[in-house]
Amino acid sequence: MKIQSLFAVLIAGALFGFGLSYSSMIKPEVVLSFLRFEDFGLLWVLGAGSLVTLVTYQLVPRIMTKPLLESVFRTRPSSMDRDTLLGAALFGLGWGICGVCPGPAIAGLGAANWPLVITLLSIFAGSYVQGRLR
Amino acid sequence: MPLLETLFPLGIAHYLIGGLFIGAAVSFLFVSTGLIGGMSTFFTSTWSYVSNWPYFQREEFVSTRNWRLVYAVGLILGAAIWMFTVGEPFQTSVTWWQLAIGGFIAGYGARLSNGCTSGHGICGLASLQLPSLLAVIIFLGSAMVSAAIVKTLGGV
Repeated sequence: MKIQSLFAVLIAGALFGFGLSYSSMIKPEVVLSFLRFEDFGLLWVLGAGSLVTLVTYQLVPRIMTKPLLESVFRTRPSSMDRDTLLGAALFGLGWGICGVCPGPAIAGLGAANWPLVITLLSIFAGSYVQGRLR
Repeated sequence: MPLLETLFPLGIAHYLIGGLFIGAAVSFLFVSTGLIGGMSTFFTSTWSYVSNWPYFQREEFVSTRNWRLVYAVGLILGAAIWMFTVGEPFQTSVTWWQLAIGGFIAGYGARLSNGCTSGHGICGLASLQLPSLLAVIIFLGSAMVSAAIVKTLGGV
């Protein structure tokens, strides 16, 4: 991948990390209060994030023949199978226990939320076990 | 409005603005490079640097591990920019056992499902993929159950 593309990826990541922090998703307490019906604010994060992305994913490939720096617009692999649904149930189970999903586990480091290192390493461990069982 | 204060006791603006930044991030990634910006694959593709196990050496992980690593570094950078500008450092008081057990199960599940809150929730929904819609409904449901249970067990 071109160095310009990697720079664009870095900027995209920084916008993502800023957004995760600004929306307070790097605070597990806020996520847990959402999951316990005490504050429904995370619906705005999911709604705004997916709506903006929806417009981009659906419109941009129709008005641009290729991305600015690379040659093709990728599509997300997707399959309706047992692993997708069972995995989602397990992901939720774990997310509800700790209040941390993969993005905030990474971004939390930048905001000095050091305890999230435990979750970051645990997610790596869970991913390793999942890969080894394949 | 009393209803809004009941549903959103901390207000709406920061949630909405944060969500718009996340949408802008994934959109910018797509417009500039054509890449789909979910986060959880990073946790598998990074293992391909150190493990020779065949699954980790699949082309889908080896060929994307560099940009996914840069993306993760960007996440840390963006959170640091937030902390040094409009935000402030924050350390969670969620117990270590919640962070450890929850992270392990969430990591296993997200990789089995090939998506997390950003992969299924942002990118999958925006791609109009039915499996992702079902995944979002399922993980929100199971997370609400485990969040309730963990509180009765003495968790934060």
